[in-house]
Amino acid sequence: MNSSTAEPAVSARNVFKAFGKRPQEIVRRIKDGADRNDLTDLGTAAVIDASFDVQPGEVFVVMGLSGSGKSTLIRMVNGLLPPTAGSIEVGGEDIARLSDRDLRRIRREKVSMVFQHFALLPHRTVGQNAGYALEIQGLNRSDRERKTEEALKMVGLDGWGGSMPDELSGGMRQRVGLARALAAGTEVMLMDEAFSALDPLIRREMQDQLVELQEQLGKTILFITHDLNEAMRLGDRIAMMRDGRTVQIGTSEQILNDPANDYVAQFVQDVDRTRVLTAGGIMEPPVAVLGTEQGPRTAHKLMREHQTNVLAVVDRSKKLHGFVHEAAIAAAVSQGANTLDGLMQPAPSVHADTPLVELMTQAAEHETGLAVIDGAGRLEGIIARVTLLNALAEPKHAGHDSTESMVAS
Amino acid sequence: MISAAEETEGVGIPRLNIGEWIEAGVDWVNENLEWLFNLIQTIVSTLTDGLDDLLNTPDALVLAVVFSLLAWLVKDWKLALLSIVMLVFVISIDQWENAMTTLALVAVAAAIALAIAIPLGIWAARSDRVSGAVRPVMDLMQTMPAFVWLVPVVTLFSIGVTGGVIATIIFALPPGVRFTELGIRQVDSEVVEAGHAFGSTPRQILLRIQLPLALQTIMAGVNQVIMLSLSMAVIAGLVGAGGLGNEVTRAIGSLDIGLGFEAGLAVVVLAIYLDRMTAAIGRGGMVSGRASKLVRRRLDAHRSATRGRAMGQV
Repeated sequence: MNSSTAEPAVSARNVFKAFGKRPQEIVRRIKDGADRNDLTDLGTAAVIDASFDVQPGEVFVVMGLSGSGKSTLIRMVNGLLPPTAGSIEVGGEDIARLSDRDLRRIRREKVSMVFQHFALLPHRTVGQNAGYALEIQGLNRSDRERKTEEALKMVGLDGWGGSMPDELSGGMRQRVGLARALAAGTEVMLMDEAFSALDPLIRREMQDQLVELQEQLGKTILFITHDLNEAMRLGDRIAMMRDGRTVQIGTSEQILNDPANDYVAQFVQDVDRTRVLTAGGIMEPPVAVLGTEQGPRTAHKLMREHQTNVLAVVDRSKKLHGFVHEAAIAAAVSQGANTLDGLMQPAPSVHADTPLVELMTQAAEHETGLAVIDGAGRLEGIIARVTLLNALAEPKHAGHDSTESMVAS
Repeated sequence: MISAAEETEGVGIPRLNIGEWIEAGVDWVNENLEWLFNLIQTIVSTLTDGLDDLLNTPDALVLAVVFSLLAWLVKDWKLALLSIVMLVFVISIDQWENAMTTLALVAVAAAIALAIAIPLGIWAARSDRVSGAVRPVMDLMQTMPAFVWLVPVVTLFSIGVTGGVIATIIFALPPGVRFTELGIRQVDSEVVEAGHAFGSTPRQILLRIQLPLALQTIMAGVNQVIMLSLSMAVIAGLVGAGGLGNEVTRAIGSLDIGLGFEAGLAVVVLAIYLDRMTAAIGRGGMVSGRASKLVRRRLDAHRSATRGRAMGQV
């Protein structure tokens, strides 16, 4: 439909999946407005009316508790489960309409998968496991071994190719699972609770590694998890699922600040907001800025007009030069100075993607607040101390009232 | 003849003449499919007699040493030592020739049984319908008293080694099917799913994932098939299948306690040897055991050599 914009890597439209003897009947009844809990005699509606697009290079996290349908959803993307209704397109091909043969081609060439319990073949070495997808793709031995070594190196397992999986720790086994998917060289990667079986420290390590790899590789990743912190750490966007429905789709900040309903709100209340929210997400546009060529009088006037005691000084290209304070300006005005020379102080500045947790120390040291700048040093916004405190408070206390606007269709 | 009016213990329940129907069926098959049974007879008896001759050609001690060496290759020197002691014992009680005849019968019967059972088990594992159809047949084959199979077999193949082999196959087949099906169904579904997720064909999933991972269970089935073959092969002595079974039958007929125990002990030796051997092959898969260690070492050497070559090119 939207052929003008970049084509999504994965696109789901009104996807339903029902299990049981009469799945079509379940879908029809739900479309007519029945509740899935009233249809348990007929079977289970695992996924109800899911629609989403995943852009190339995006990490799209599907988040939900067990039984929410997230695993079913991800299995429909590579056709392990055929959808009961709706369409799922991967690279423009509708998975539901493909023959077995074409489905296998898609799985070999376009979509790989990482599994919760690793799903390694215990009778094969690490190298043979990591190279499994390449073997199925029909690569010759030398190419296969070269690509396998590369993939193992990427996940930090170079030199382990000859070991057996049972000689490895859980974290290392999942690295093999990751290497297997990476070696396949597909654009889309499905990760089904990939880190959930690992203990917390290792899980954290794997998450960091995935973020690092993703920066290099830019894969399209569908990541399933029941851990909200994990979802927020990894996801460019998050789809919240409950009882088979997608409740909300948005960035972690949108979900945190504008939860679509009480369920999501309850879910996010335990999240460490300082690690999810970023400087860019809470900054405010500067009320007024001072040009480098302007003088103390203008500064004094602006300060009075806007009831502020500090101003950011920028040049024509919006590059930040520093802050000026009310006391210094007042002194300069009374002395009749015409330029800002010697009045400016270096501004404490941060980048838009810095998480709040890293702003705390600086904010404590500078009562002027913080400047948010981009890579070229241009001013993007200001974070006053009060803004920072407000951001840390729960949304309901912060005065967000209408939240229904974010409900995913 | 069939008389529908005949009464049973239950009032009004007519007597079903299943026995007669089965008899009639076997007769019909015997008359109309004679060519088929002749063919089977030729193949089976050629195989069994050939193997029998082969096993009885070399000197008994030479063959005993060969068997012992095999045990060493498959497992370790302890099994080798046990084997040679037991086999020499069989020679010393003058049952070697009979034991080899029985071994030939068991080998042919077990091989044919497995050739049928494993593919059938694979099929049953992949289709619930096949599984449902196969299960009652297996129950029937396994629980029907072993002697009962001997009667129709004699009708179709007459007295001799073929009848013994066929009865043995029928009796020993079911665990082969069951264990194969169980082994494949028990393979971790996530691993099979991973196979699908990377685009494997059903054949690739069977050969590269399911069968290797089911191997231990399948080998347990192979072990059962062989052990059941051995026990049935002795019973088959009743229909003149030869070997140790004949000796046992003869001992029963003449109340010869000594002969009975000598033949019986030879059966025990065969049973222990075959059981330990198949168990060792099954448990190790292809991991433990001297032979596989040798193979592995050579593979490793080959692998590091190719890697060295690959590094050299870079």
